[in-house]
Amino acid sequence: MSSHAAESVDPRTAVLWDYEDHGHDPISTRTFGFWLYMLSDAMIFAALFAAYGVYVRNAAGGPTITDIVHPIYAMWETVVVLTSVFAYGLGMAALKRGNRSGVTTWLLVAFVLGLVFLGMEYKEFADLLAAGAIPQRSGFLSAYWTMVLTHGLHMVFGLLWMAIMLIQVAREGFTQNVVYRLLNLRLFWHFQAIIWVCVFTFVYLKGVL
Amino acid sequence: MLVDLQGPWNPIFGRLGLLLEVHYNNPVLFFAFELSVVVGVILVFWATCARKWGYLWREWLTTVDHKKIGVMYILVGLVMLFRGFFDALMIRSQQAIAVGPDSPGMLGAAHGYLPPYHFDQVFTAHGMIMILVAATPILVGIMNIVVPLQIGARDMAYPYLNALGLWLTVVSAALVMIALFVGDFSHAGWVGLAPLTELPYSPGVGVDYWIWSIQIGSIGTTMGAINLIATIVKMRAPGMTWGRIPVFTWTSMASNIIALTSFPVLGVTLALLTFDRYLGTHFFTVGLGGDLMMYTNLFWIWGHPEVYFVVLPAFGMLSEIIPTFSEKPLFGYVTMVIASMAIAAVSWSVWLHHFFTMGAGPNVNAYFSIATMLVGIPTGVKVFNWAFTMYRARMRFDTPMMWAIGSIFLLISGGLTGMMLSVPAVNYIVHNSVFVIAHFHNMFLLIVYAAFGAVSYWFPKVFGFKLDERWGKWFFWFFTAGTLMVFIPMYTLGFMGMTRRLDYISHPAWQPLLTAEMIGIGLYAISIAMFVIQLAVSLRDREKNRVGADAWGTSRSLEWASHSPVPFYNFAVTPVVHARDEWAWRREHGLTSLRPDRYLDIHMPKNTAVPLILGLLSLAFGFAMVWRIWWLAAISVIGIIVVIIYRSFDKDTDYIIPAAEVEKMEKEFLERASKIEGDAPAAGGAAGGVYAAPQAPTKKHQGD
Repeated sequence: MSSHAAESVDPRTAVLWDYEDHGHDPISTRTFGFWLYMLSDAMIFAALFAAYGVYVRNAAGGPTITDIVHPIYAMWETVVVLTSVFAYGLGMAALKRGNRSGVTTWLLVAFVLGLVFLGMEYKEFADLLAAGAIPQRSGFLSAYWTMVLTHGLHMVFGLLWMAIMLIQVAREGFTQNVVYRLLNLRLFWHFQAIIWVCVFTFVYLKGVL
Repeated sequence: MLVDLQGPWNPIFGRLGLLLEVHYNNPVLFFAFELSVVVGVILVFWATCARKWGYLWREWLTTVDHKKIGVMYILVGLVMLFRGFFDALMIRSQQAIAVGPDSPGMLGAAHGYLPPYHFDQVFTAHGMIMILVAATPILVGIMNIVVPLQIGARDMAYPYLNALGLWLTVVSAALVMIALFVGDFSHAGWVGLAPLTELPYSPGVGVDYWIWSIQIGSIGTTMGAINLIATIVKMRAPGMTWGRIPVFTWTSMASNIIALTSFPVLGVTLALLTFDRYLGTHFFTVGLGGDLMMYTNLFWIWGHPEVYFVVLPAFGMLSEIIPTFSEKPLFGYVTMVIASMAIAAVSWSVWLHHFFTMGAGPNVNAYFSIATMLVGIPTGVKVFNWAFTMYRARMRFDTPMMWAIGSIFLLISGGLTGMMLSVPAVNYIVHNSVFVIAHFHNMFLLIVYAAFGAVSYWFPKVFGFKLDERWGKWFFWFFTAGTLMVFIPMYTLGFMGMTRRLDYISHPAWQPLLTAEMIGIGLYAISIAMFVIQLAVSLRDREKNRVGADAWGTSRSLEWASHSPVPFYNFAVTPVVHARDEWAWRREHGLTSLRPDRYLDIHMPKNTAVPLILGLLSLAFGFAMVWRIWWLAAISVIGIIVVIIYRSFDKDTDYIIPAAEVEKMEKEFLERASKIEGDAPAAGGAAGGVYAAPQAPTKKHQGD
């Protein structure tokens, strides 16, 4: 299986070394790497969803899914998450125009909406705790808490990251490092919204069926 | 505290009070402890006396050079391979002694010298170490060194992340070693059988060591996978099209796609077990909605792809070694690539064959049986391709080739027994017998053979001199004799009904074969001595064994177009790729000069201590979590986050080597290479097809 295409190259005139500086593109390399990371993160959620699917019936005499989910409340959470993602998207549109104050403003909006989401989630879980629906109660509750809070933990990291980006945009402007981080955070933030839509569908909506 | 702990706990020292329960007066433990301390003290003493700390810090501990990181990966792997071998020695000697009701017992054991609880820790550690902190680091290390060179890249896509991956792997190995002295290790098998790993059944810290060691190491492996895939996709030299990527790089890619998608599942599995043990949730418990089959499913959804994660790079190594020593292009390049990807794909649909006997029902078993058998097709394609590469070739039997051919034999025998096991009807008979153990050791040994072959094959590329052939061959033959003496009896014992994990052998008829295995392990021990002598002799004769760029005279891929040893910037000027076997193509056309017309500035990443610091913090975190020292765990986590944020503000991460500097360094390399006597064997003529060099590689071809 030799590659015969190679023989069409005349060795006397062959160019052996590449003297041009192609200046490899760090932004595209790093965004690609982040896509790969997201794939591994998707596998984490895939495993959790699979496990949840098995555990959802294992309530062990405790509260069942229909007892604890409130799809309307979760719908408002969904609205908040999606609005936050939309705000971040507007920030990225501002980035495209090189508009620093636009980026800062929309990132702040996205950040605050993210905080609102976490606050709503906090209330939801505080209520569960008060009602005794704790993760130690049953396999189902363990899976429910783990799944929803894994998403919540991702949101916390996203917010931390967003706060740092606000500082870095203010200090450094749109350097290569700042831009690729903003782009990666966009991927991350959109991805968390997608995961939340899956959680909303498979946990909250399907839960009341 | 959310769970009721047996034994002491206090807020400052966590569960460290449990240490009083460890039997430190046990000579077995004492010997291990003494050996490690003596070796450690000697190393520290040597480094201090020879004033090596500065050198170690600058050149190794803070490096982001992919070749040095690869070397460190391999060193960690080799040290842990030795540790894993010691565990094997203990398992074999215990089983050889503890046969029949009249066998003597010592050191507190009823039979043999290891009480069941200790024996269980030994085999758990053996399995976990050999797979996760011996085989994996050695393979990842070789990938780290070779892949960027094969595709003409200057470094990995993310050099800093690469160093971080290494240090997390080191933390994984360190936690296993710490478990040897401070507390216990898991006794629940390397697969962590649920619910045996649950707190009520394993109240000590052993399972926690096992959890955190794997968890931290697997995060490192996932990072390494991201890095390697991105490197292969984004960092190829001009002309290195998908159809020209060397097969080792292709298999590394397939293997890392598996790692990227499967290690997160392991992470989830272990996290759920962690919640059970630390928070009292009910994922894998008995009762209250826990589902212990869920653990087995999730574990093997990672565990089976992991098998192919380690075997695919080995296939790639064979695909590089065999053509070089056959002086012929690899037969069936395209089918080789397709087969690698096919194996990676099928690896995801076979996990249930690990528990055929758990009552899944005939339809499920049939599905997974057929899926498992399918793996044999691409693997068979590979074996035939290697065979056709060797067919009517000018074969040379240098040590790498010996290992490669040995590896193929092991693949055939291990593959055939795998086919037997994939038949549920057969599986019901031999499940949990040592036949299964012999099968997967057979498969893992093919990886070890390929890795030893790869180490001796690429050693001159990294260090600039060859390993001693004479001692290398002694090493090979003793290792092979050991392999045969241990695993042929083990297959036989499996058919005779001996089950795995036995610390006491009730059936005296098995004794002769167990003794044979004991002799085999002795042969392995001798082979380790041969390996150490080989290293020492090679190091002594390094000036005599120096090689040019193309160490073997008939190498084919791009990594041989850089100097030996490879300078830290890999290629002074990025090579342009013209053919699938670029170096062979250049040799054929007399273009092996490594002197470009002119030099350019080179952009390089700076050394950094951040990955090492993150590693140390992770070690502190792992240790704190094992012993439930919450304050230390919290401080380490905050420390990790702060260091990562701090690093993100660092703008001073790269530097430029000016063209003049590059020229000066290159001149030295070329001068040194011109002094080397070319003792590489002459390449053949017609048999090699279009790519075999028509002229023998003279001194002139050894890097100008």
